[in-house]
Amino acid sequence: MNSDSNKGLQGPQETPPTTPAAKHESSETQVLMKHVFPVEADDFTSAGEASGKIKNILKQLGIDSQLVRRAAIACYEAELNLVIHSWGGQLTLLLTPHEIKIVTEDTGPGIPDVDMAMKEGYSTASERARELGFGAGMGLPNIQRNASRVEIYSVVGQGTTLKITFGF
Amino acid sequence: MKKLENIVEELELKILSRGHGLKSDVSSGCCCDLLSWVMANGKKDAVWITVQTHVNVIAVASLLDLAGVIIPSNMEVDKKTIEKAQEEGVTILSTHLNAFQLTGMLYNIGIGAEG
Repeated sequence: MNSDSNKGLQGPQETPPTTPAAKHESSETQVLMKHVFPVEADDFTSAGEASGKIKNILKQLGIDSQLVRRAAIACYEAELNLVIHSWGGQLTLLLTPHEIKIVTEDTGPGIPDVDMAMKEGYSTASERARELGFGAGMGLPNIQRNASRVEIYSVVGQGTTLKITFGF
Repeated sequence: MKKLENIVEELELKILSRGHGLKSDVSSGCCCDLLSWVMANGKKDAVWITVQTHVNVIAVASLLDLAGVIIPSNMEVDKKTIEKAQEEGVTILSTHLNAFQLTGMLYNIGIGAEG
């Protein structure tokens, strides 16, 4: 993916159909809404802003508050993973008639062992991330706990795509 | 259930940021400095005691709909954190009590660990 093309964008943006997010969309379901948020590597100051905006969008749509909460938690963990581990990427919110999908796509080191990464307590986070209270190896397990379905596509040395689905 | 604004009076807490959680019925309490743990276990309308004072605390409190954050031991809170809290409507309180004393006092006035 080319995260540089997203630099300087503020808030939700309409995604052109050619972005990598399009690859992972279900072809048979109608996408009612799509918002893309760029996420910068190591930007702990803005971390959580995209998740906050997504939470507000879902709330304004009148989606059940428990579901909004689960989506917001998973979204924040995914956003933090981009900040902590990637070299930059983007977070996409997709809404279909029966599902909320949150997709993160990054360029980065990738995940060599997805099974290990899914284990609670396992983390490769930096000292800086740990000092701030992150990197306890709880992110991916927490995403899985809150989501209906989690899919990880990762290529070492290239990047990771994480697709989180919530049914309703 | 007690409203956060009543707890503020009862325990003489200082208000650093006046958010909408002041009017919330406090569900429970949580004392933890690991943001990841709070993200995984924090309850809606809980009060969160932490010595972390950086801006990420506000995102966690806001996303989890916590009633408020209490900073113990008169610790100084970053100006940016307070500004962010005001922007997001998150309540930040502070006290001279340390985290252990504060947790005990909250427990004594009926704030438990489970929401």
